[in-house]
Amino acid sequence: MAMRSLISERVSCRSSVLGARWMSSWWRNVEPAPKDPILGVTEAFLADPSPDKVNVGVGAYRDDNGKPVVLECVREAERRIAGTANMEYLPMGGSVKMVEETLKLAYGDNSEFIKDKRIAAVQSLSGTGACRLFADFQKRFHPDSQIYIPVPTWSNHHNIWRDAHVTQRTFHYYHPGTKGLDFAALMDDIKNAPNGSFFLLHACAHNPTGVDPSEEQWKEISYQIKAKGHFPFFDMAYQGFASGDPERDAKAIRIFLKDGHLLGLAQSYAKNMGLYGQRVGCLSVLCEDEKQAVAVKSQLQQLARPMYSNPPVHGALIVSTILGDAELKKLWLKEVQGMADRIIGMRTALRENLEELGSPLSWKHITNQIGMFCYSGLTPEQVDRLTNEYHIYMTRNGRISMAGVTTGNVGYLANAVHEVTKST
Amino acid sequence: MASTMLSIASATPSASLSMHEKLKGKVKLGSTTNSTAGFIKTKSFGRVSMVAAVNVSRFEGVTMAPPDPILGVSEAFKADTDEKKLNLGVGAYRTEELQPYVLDVVKKAENLMLERGENKEYLPIEGLAAFNKVTAELLFGADNSVLKEQRVATVQGLSGTGSLRLAAALIERYFPGAKVLISSPTWGNHKNIFNDARVPWSEYRYYDPKTVGLDFEGMIADIKAAPGGSFILLHGCAHNPTGIDPTPEQWEKIADVIQEKNHIPFFDVAYQGFASGSLDNDASSVRLFATRGMELLVAQSYSKNLGLYAERIGAMNVVCSSSDLAARVKSQLKRLARPMYSNPPVHGARIVANVVGNPALFDEWKAEMEMMAGRIKNVRQKLFDSLSAKDKSGKDWSFILRQIGMFSFTGLNKAQSDNMTNKWHVYMTKDGRISLAGLSLAKCEYLADAIIDSYHNVS
Repeated sequence: MAMRSLISERVSCRSSVLGARWMSSWWRNVEPAPKDPILGVTEAFLADPSPDKVNVGVGAYRDDNGKPVVLECVREAERRIAGTANMEYLPMGGSVKMVEETLKLAYGDNSEFIKDKRIAAVQSLSGTGACRLFADFQKRFHPDSQIYIPVPTWSNHHNIWRDAHVTQRTFHYYHPGTKGLDFAALMDDIKNAPNGSFFLLHACAHNPTGVDPSEEQWKEISYQIKAKGHFPFFDMAYQGFASGDPERDAKAIRIFLKDGHLLGLAQSYAKNMGLYGQRVGCLSVLCEDEKQAVAVKSQLQQLARPMYSNPPVHGALIVSTILGDAELKKLWLKEVQGMADRIIGMRTALRENLEELGSPLSWKHITNQIGMFCYSGLTPEQVDRLTNEYHIYMTRNGRISMAGVTTGNVGYLANAVHEVTKST
Repeated sequence: MASTMLSIASATPSASLSMHEKLKGKVKLGSTTNSTAGFIKTKSFGRVSMVAAVNVSRFEGVTMAPPDPILGVSEAFKADTDEKKLNLGVGAYRTEELQPYVLDVVKKAENLMLERGENKEYLPIEGLAAFNKVTAELLFGADNSVLKEQRVATVQGLSGTGSLRLAAALIERYFPGAKVLISSPTWGNHKNIFNDARVPWSEYRYYDPKTVGLDFEGMIADIKAAPGGSFILLHGCAHNPTGIDPTPEQWEKIADVIQEKNHIPFFDVAYQGFASGSLDNDASSVRLFATRGMELLVAQSYSKNLGLYAERIGAMNVVCSSSDLAARVKSQLKRLARPMYSNPPVHGARIVANVVGNPALFDEWKAEMEMMAGRIKNVRQKLFDSLSAKDKSGKDWSFILRQIGMFSFTGLNKAQSDNMTNKWHVYMTKDGRISLAGLSLAKCEYLADAIIDSYHNVS
């Protein structure tokens, strides 16, 4: 390395602080990293002094006043936890109770797979951590395999599998013309992938498009994936957030389970329980039998140990307190429904506003799409205009976080979008 | 449900390899292009009713991982039903009643947080700003020029482990081929971290079994012999597992040879405050290196000194020769963290920020820290006294008093350590390390009996 030979030519000395300045640094070849496309938006928003500014960038829920929300069930859980628990290390696989409750949500309360102990599951650092653990696991046990990622997808998916050194391919998903699902191309890609490939699927409320397959389409996708012997890996970051009903939002997973897939699944409580900063989630892998599940879990733990040793306890305690108590769970379900309803209401309002403004374009997709995000169809240039002229912040792919839309700003937002698109 | 397993023509992927083999690329796991699907379809198209059949798993070849040598000990302890059992495995502080201990200042901080009703929004990738500020100040001293000149890239990490892993990933990306030198012995998870990060490592001599002390000559020689530009992993204080720390004079000489060879010092500081009872004293090795103007890496953990084990709170600090470089390094640490966990957990960070950032709570913490370190010193003394009184062989047990921090390296080998567990129900790691934090004054005599028996009667 040129850098290292340069360094070794330096005269060594016992440096004072002054000396450090002329001594070549080890880090000279470190370039500044590009800003994260999603989190960078919030940074820019925070720095903007305009009173009109609107943040529809990052996918964090806001109430109708644009304020972050801590769910009532969460506050109550925290009150109950306070002062009761010690802070001893969790096992490497995390909180057993939290994992149990989390599996019930995804696989079903009475799932035979849970009864038969066929699911290898560990608490993870939210959805990101679950995906990363799985990517590392995939690399370790199938080093020559590749992951098929939908186009588009949450940008961090690419980072995760790249840093895990797993080869990436893409498959068709979003149809820009219809602003819906490109189902035919998707099915072709599944068919054409080499047998036994790994496919990344969004279980519900696809991020960033909000476009989900219908139940019939999921059945066909399941069939074709099975025919090819592919491995389905689901990222479910929005269970409850799509329709308001967690059972309904798990439909795709239940279809695949019924069809006999041995799937993998990343779950997150960031959005549906508002536990963003607590980093709580779960990675599960359905195995043939209990013995295999035990082995797989042990290997997942072995990947976690040199990454963070064991996962953080606080968020896990909140989750298990809520889901383990009938009253609190009921309250949670009500609050999740409330969040989803508000978003659905804002979708309707945004679309109606645009139509009333006489926009020449169709905005049907705003209400067709589901979950936190709307893939508006805006071009990067149009997005830049929204930011520079109207102080509206979103990612440059035109993704609008509907959670950031309120009755107070929907008119302003609609007007701005109309202004930048009316001559299209 | 009835399942039909079809046999597969091709071989299933081979069993889990040792990390060593994987890194050398010796063995190629089986190809995944063969179909591993087994199912029966009743129709070819459209509405398909499928015979419920279970695919053969893609992970058929996954074998059981060995239990973790440290965390596995606690699991074995839990399973033991004998009432005399003693857990001296993991380094988690216990009271004299052998109960876990939540510090008073932590309870106070949590109450403050509960009253304030703070939200749970994502932290930035680099973590809580208030935390990053106080953690660097705690480590370097608030007046340190490295901070005044903004030359330190500080990023909140998942305790010590996560912070080390971030640094390892940075080394792999920007210093491909560079080696990390780790002490022999060292904390068991260090090797796993560098292995999984694909950073090559080798060992420098550290522990001298003959003196049960530091093999200083060997350490210096091995650091000198390493290729220039290696990373030297040093324990800032309270070396884990041996409890043997260099003296201030020895630290100077270590700094000399590191500078001479243009190595990079890489500190793991997991016990600041726990070694001597003084937070400042325990940071003196790190400060010595910083004062010399050296660039260095420092991982911190609040697991032990604030008892925040399960909150996973720590930090990675990189001291650079300019503020511009520090900014760039920080941005790249963030880029490594994003695909690992996106942003770190907030709860522990807020606790630390509240305790360290509040003068009254900070003073209280210092007192609690002294109390915890004091209890361990008392236990060391009692254990030494018990051993000296009971052991008639004349063996010198005074190394127990010279060692520092949570652990004692007893000098017991694996067979002797096994005897401790199997015969005496004393749980410890196989390298002979006992955690004094898990020992009470009341149990010192029992432990002394166990150690004497294992040392003399088992080989």
